[in-house]
Amino acid sequence: MDAQVLLFLIFILMLAALLGFELIAKVPSTLHTPLMSGSNAISGITLLGAISVCGAGHSDLATNLGIAAVAFATTNVVGGYLVTHRMLDMFKKKEKD
Amino acid sequence: MLSTIVQNSVYIVSAFLFIIGLKKLGSPVTARRGNQLSALGMLIAIVVTLLDQGIMDYQSIAIGIAIGTVIGVGGARIVAMTAMPEMVAILNGFGGASSLLLAWAVTITSYSMTFLQSFTIVLSLLIGGLTFTGSLIAWAKLSEKISSKPMQYRGQNIINGALLIAAVVLSVLFVLSSDMAINYGYALIGIALLLGVLSVMSIGGGDMPVVISLLNSYSGLAACAAGFVIQNMLLIVAGALVGASGLILTNIMCKAMNRSLKNVLFSGFGSVKTASSSEDEQGDISPITAQDAYYILESAQSVVFVPGYGMAVAQAQHAVKELGQILEANGADVNYAIHPVAGRMPGHMNVLLAEADVPYDQLKEMDDINPTMSTVDVCIVIGANDVVNPDANDKEDSPIYGMPIIDVYNAKTVFVLKRSMNPGFAGIQNPLFFKENTRMVFGDAKDTISSLVAEFKA
Repeated sequence: MDAQVLLFLIFILMLAALLGFELIAKVPSTLHTPLMSGSNAISGITLLGAISVCGAGHSDLATNLGIAAVAFATTNVVGGYLVTHRMLDMFKKKEKD
Repeated sequence: MLSTIVQNSVYIVSAFLFIIGLKKLGSPVTARRGNQLSALGMLIAIVVTLLDQGIMDYQSIAIGIAIGTVIGVGGARIVAMTAMPEMVAILNGFGGASSLLLAWAVTITSYSMTFLQSFTIVLSLLIGGLTFTGSLIAWAKLSEKISSKPMQYRGQNIINGALLIAAVVLSVLFVLSSDMAINYGYALIGIALLLGVLSVMSIGGGDMPVVISLLNSYSGLAACAAGFVIQNMLLIVAGALVGASGLILTNIMCKAMNRSLKNVLFSGFGSVKTASSSEDEQGDISPITAQDAYYILESAQSVVFVPGYGMAVAQAQHAVKELGQILEANGADVNYAIHPVAGRMPGHMNVLLAEADVPYDQLKEMDDINPTMSTVDVCIVIGANDVVNPDANDKEDSPIYGMPIIDVYNAKTVFVLKRSMNPGFAGIQNPLFFKENTRMVFGDAKDTISSLVAEFKA
């Protein structure tokens, strides 16, 4: 990686972080838990990297590390979204009342 | 097969969906849709990654995905709403573990690394490892697998400091050396894991809302660092979004406790508390039975419930809701006052009351309910302690002085539902219990509420 690429990536990082602050700052406290588990699911995005490493046909050790990384990240993604969905379902029920 | 251009284009769509999804998560009406959009963004990103032509070994990927899906689906289905803090904690940890393993695998498969690449690997290993074990300890504390008391020992800061210095030294060695890099990498992983354990062990159960928020932020930062390692923009964007949201929640939680993040992380609440207890005139407490409580409640025109962690422990939310409905039918105005740090994670009480079907509009935030507290006939405190401790308002040497509280003592009558007279997490006495207008109802919160319900029905 050269400095050019790094600067470019840092630029993206800066914009995304500021956007994140703006997006979340006004979320009502009622939704703090679903917000947290929902954003937690997003952090399972490392799955993409894990997939690439796992499937690249490297040595056994690397592949096994990859499998573990994929498993952890998938749990994070699947569990995170589903549990958020379950919680939000409870918030929904009441709207009908 | 798809080119990098197509892949990156799909990643842009994913990033867009994450952002819109998070935005929609901010309002009760659109939150479900937001979560679905975000999940869709994740799905298309995964699919396009799987189609990459560099992937040869689909079997290994399938194994990993199958394991993760089974655990994820199973866990999300069976977890009780009261156990949500531990669930979020452990999922945070898994995100961290994934970043750690990813960076590790990249290290052993790279023949040569540039300075910047090794630097990003170091970050990914450290943040990932710290997040992993820190979250495991948080999970163990929250699920009472280990004591939730802060573990303090002599020389703690020295040991943590030494570990940090060792981490820095090893990082430099890792970045500078080419052939021995992986050994330094293993040492770094060990230190990161150890730091995660030690730093969360020393934090008490009541501070968990801050810790979970912070670990949530770390799991995002770990993804972000992993993104730098493999130069993937989507990882960086998604990680940054999560990192930012976690930091905001951390900040909100700290403010709600009137403490700085530094204070929460490094000073273990126990150390400052000794000042108070001494020559206080405590007075007498007035215990009453559920039946007596019933007579008072029967004539109450307005009732406010103040739930705390004790409600979660007793699983009393459904009983509370039932009592609330009966009181409403009896002509009382019923509300629920929610302190931002009540429970063990941000929004913990809201989720439990939502599970029990308590209507939104009855959930009041602290700042909205406090001005009206003097017009409330009965305030029912269920398993909350420090968040209703009047010392926070008027006793300057109290360790919780300055923390915003729900001013229940202004209500005409306060019922405190409590197991015993043991002080709360902070280990400080609560003068609320000795006030003239306070009645203590001892026993399991759920049993007490249920017997109140039974009295009304009789």
